[in-house]
Amino acid sequence: MSETTTTPFVRLDGVRKTYTVGKDEFLAVSDVTLNVREGELVSIVGPSGCGKSTILSILAELHDASGGTVEIGNPESPFTPGRDIGMVFQKALLLKWRTIQDNVLLPAEILGLPMREARERAHDLLQMVGIGDFAKAYPQHLSGGMQQRASIARALIHDPKLILMDEPFGALDALTRERMNLELLRIWKESRKTILFVTHGIQEAVFLGSQVAVMTASPARMADHIDIELPEPRTLDVKTTEKFGEYTRRIYHLLGMQ
Amino acid sequence: MSAWKNYGYAVGAHVAFIALWQVATMVTDLPSYILPSPVETIRELWEPSYNWGTHIWATTLEIFGGYTLAVVVGVTLAVLFVWVPALNSGVMPLLVTINMVPKVAMAPLFIVWLGFGIVPNMIIAFTICFFPIVLTTHRGLIEVEPDLINLVKSIKANRWQIFTKILLPGSLPYLFSGMKVAAVLAVAGAIVGEFIASERGLGHFLLAQQNALNTSAMMMALVFITLIGVTLYGLVLLLEYIFITRKGIAT
Repeated sequence: MSETTTTPFVRLDGVRKTYTVGKDEFLAVSDVTLNVREGELVSIVGPSGCGKSTILSILAELHDASGGTVEIGNPESPFTPGRDIGMVFQKALLLKWRTIQDNVLLPAEILGLPMREARERAHDLLQMVGIGDFAKAYPQHLSGGMQQRASIARALIHDPKLILMDEPFGALDALTRERMNLELLRIWKESRKTILFVTHGIQEAVFLGSQVAVMTASPARMADHIDIELPEPRTLDVKTTEKFGEYTRRIYHLLGMQ
Repeated sequence: MSAWKNYGYAVGAHVAFIALWQVATMVTDLPSYILPSPVETIRELWEPSYNWGTHIWATTLEIFGGYTLAVVVGVTLAVLFVWVPALNSGVMPLLVTINMVPKVAMAPLFIVWLGFGIVPNMIIAFTICFFPIVLTTHRGLIEVEPDLINLVKSIKANRWQIFTKILLPGSLPYLFSGMKVAAVLAVAGAIVGEFIASERGLGHFLLAQQNALNTSAMMMALVFITLIGVTLYGLVLLLEYIFITRKGIAT
């Protein structure tokens, strides 16, 4: 009975964000309470305008929260702001004039990491995300899925502790998206990173996350969060199980869709 | 090898144009002071009193000097506009207004201020061609994906890093499109300057030969002006190839 209850790695408690435009105040997001353990993959799902991207930008310190508490890191694993963050967006956002390898190295250059080791790491990461043969290619010669693999490698190059993903597969076709979901689970297991995965795909959220935070748009708030208990390792078969159906149904209900 | 085929077509069109010109002078009985043939035009090269070298050198200096100045000043201004937003909201509209003044109409003023010679004509070429460079470069510097900036800001990229690693290289395709427009304008600017006041240069030579109704010499001067322009344009294309096309970046 030596169960050690480690402090969560990411703690959000009653976080809200408002913007003031002239005299009017707009609510971007509210009631965000979420605990994420280190090495956990948590999905945040909701419609457009629910503030899911706002949560990520608060965690990345691009915006300050207007209320509530935001804490990242714990005594076992301290977190360095401005260093331990990796981001992946819906667009791959690769620089056209840089090869895939040099794109992956961008964060290492910005952080001033030793480049020799960074280059070796880039090589390994490109292998891991499955595009090792394309290190010297330019992004525009790669498909959308492959570009997104490169942007995941870029998010990992500086070995950050927290990866924030904002609808990373939203622009991909349905089949590529399913394949990338499986790939992400594999990459997550190999890299053992803490990942926050924002999506508007309910199935995707349930399939990937060990918990799913459900957001609604009006008002922009976190409605609930659901622990997902599905057999590991997760394969596509999981999607046909009854339990999977129950989870998705619950989320549809929370979002007021049935 | 379709690239070579395309080159073939391009060369063919040029040759055909000159051939058509030659044929036109042969089948019509236009006097040569109205339309001299290509052969008569080329013959003017061997007239020593024309001092081709002096005129070509003067005009080349004016065009390349004014153009280089325009690229340096244009890019610098564009960068300043991005770095100092107040400058952008103040000086940019002023520039737009000044750009509305026909530069050709300003040329006599420059002559009053600066006297005549190579430098004033350089300045006229500069004023006529620097604006498109400011505009396109500025546009290129601000057209950047906001999320890309968020990505590098999340790891505390500083302004200099964002500028050198993302904004500046990203603006190059825009800069080159502005430079191509400007190359054509620089040639026009230098010649207009020479028309108004000068003692040498191909524009000056054109006016002098017009008085003598020496049409074939005027034609030859036009050919040289065109060649200088094409050389400048070609250099810009070469730079564009080195910095952009070779890397497969679409403009």
